[in-house]
Amino acid sequence: MHERPLTARIRSGETPVSLEAYLAAGGYRGLRRALALSPAAVQEEVTKSKLRGRGGAGFPTGVKWSVVPAGTQARHPIYLVVNGDEMEPGTMKDRLLLESDPHQLLEGILISAYAIQADEAFIFLRGEYHLAAECMRRAIAEATAAGYLGQKILGSEYGLAVRLHTSAGRYMCGEETGLLNALEGKRANPRSKPPFPQVSGLWGQPTVVNNVETLCNLPHILANGWEWYLGLSRSSDGGGTKLYGVSGQVRNPGVWELPLGVSAREILDACAGGMRDGHRCRAVLPGGASTNFLLDEHLDLPMDYSAVERAGSRLGTGTMIVLDDRACPVRMLLSLQRFFARESCGWCTPCREGLPWVARTLEAIEAGHGEMDDLEVLDHHVAALAMPGRTFCALAPGAMAPLQGALTYFRDDIVRHIAEQRCPWR
Amino acid sequence: MLNEREREEIVELLRQETHASAAIPEALKVVQRHRGWVSTEAVRAIAHALGVDAGEVESVATFYNLIFRQPVGRHVILLCDSVSCAVTGHDDLRAHLEMHLGITFGGTTPDGRFTLLPIACLGACDRAPAMMIDRTLHGNLTPAQLDEILNNYA
Repeated sequence: MHERPLTARIRSGETPVSLEAYLAAGGYRGLRRALALSPAAVQEEVTKSKLRGRGGAGFPTGVKWSVVPAGTQARHPIYLVVNGDEMEPGTMKDRLLLESDPHQLLEGILISAYAIQADEAFIFLRGEYHLAAECMRRAIAEATAAGYLGQKILGSEYGLAVRLHTSAGRYMCGEETGLLNALEGKRANPRSKPPFPQVSGLWGQPTVVNNVETLCNLPHILANGWEWYLGLSRSSDGGGTKLYGVSGQVRNPGVWELPLGVSAREILDACAGGMRDGHRCRAVLPGGASTNFLLDEHLDLPMDYSAVERAGSRLGTGTMIVLDDRACPVRMLLSLQRFFARESCGWCTPCREGLPWVARTLEAIEAGHGEMDDLEVLDHHVAALAMPGRTFCALAPGAMAPLQGALTYFRDDIVRHIAEQRCPWR
Repeated sequence: MLNEREREEIVELLRQETHASAAIPEALKVVQRHRGWVSTEAVRAIAHALGVDAGEVESVATFYNLIFRQPVGRHVILLCDSVSCAVTGHDDLRAHLEMHLGITFGGTTPDGRFTLLPIACLGACDRAPAMMIDRTLHGNLTPAQLDEILNNYA
């Protein structure tokens, strides 16, 4: 049985882990150790642990922190922002952590904040996560009353205030710089980088944005050491466990904490129980809507950052969505592209104009009004938007990832829709 | 235009912020909690209360999908139309809801009971297809269950 530090205290159907229960299970030990170390030593510990961001981009967490000007260069106030805007379609992992074990997240926040010497932390939650918001609000009150938050934490010289912000919607808020604009009370349009948020972020001050799952790893790294954390992983390109998920027509959809680098097939068969009767797996999106499809031949690869990338996709959020043989791939693709077109913030013209064009083209094909030239329109958009550089943020390149895969893997299905002037699945 | 409670809540928000504009999203939510939606008069009143430009408030109010700039029904149905729900039965749910309620996405029933809106992935993909009514999540839905669920909302 493998270790699963992030979810060990979670019992399904039970109330969230209280401060008392969290402490009884060894909680806040990681924070005590961190406070005994220098901020630089905490950063080094986490860099050695090879923790990589769990929000989708996979950037090494310790390296991200190291860019924040420190020591005599430090420019206060410094902010830590928690990205709890879980809106990547197919993703349901941060919700579990938020609703079940809020003190683990608070401890992670404290460790990250201490490592960058942040003065204030903001938890940015998507607006529909009402239960998570209540749970975090209660935990913040508990932790403040017990001296884990506020001034002179655990007798140290370090202090931190944590504030909860619930969003008013839009996928763009999950994008690092869009999120900062949202927190400032503006539209969640992306900002140009550089300057990177670590140098000029919230209100122009140094800011680190960390994902919920990423932060939940920190208490365990600090409490048990980086060697232990590296040992949890089966992959050479990152340490620790990962919350993997499966949705679609499988017997047992859900989220599981597994060693980083288990194969997609293990997750699909052993955890998700295989496909529901009468369904066969045709392809999966490995880590949310903005990742390219993987086919059956890819499913034995380790679900880590580099292997999935070599197969032409990205690990993303690690929550897979299964396309089964009874679902129309064009209909699935249309759902994806409608989502991206709707969620485009409109800031960059190629995204604002291009994504609706893609969605309308797929609508016509699915409705039986497609023309063979439409394939060229779709190919053209992939060629123009898939690589970063034409838009400020990664929304449009993300939208092109599954489109690119579908144009390769499901081209025959698209052609059949056009040739027969109907959806063959209906 | 704002009532006393709304004004008090907005003043309290302002007190917590160093930058007045940071209070805009939450101020919009305050008004929406009290009135169900945010009118143009309310946008102006919020701007006045926060001491910011009305255009700034409007740009925020029209950007975020959980802020309603039109009247909505007593209950708002947010039906997830993202990919995991799309492959597990969203189309049938949508068709059933639209037929049962006699409205399409964006519409409100003539009796003012329900507004039906699409929503991005609700993070309940393990219970797909899913929807949220007001603050309550409903998952593993089939068209047959919908009528019974709707009956619980007066």
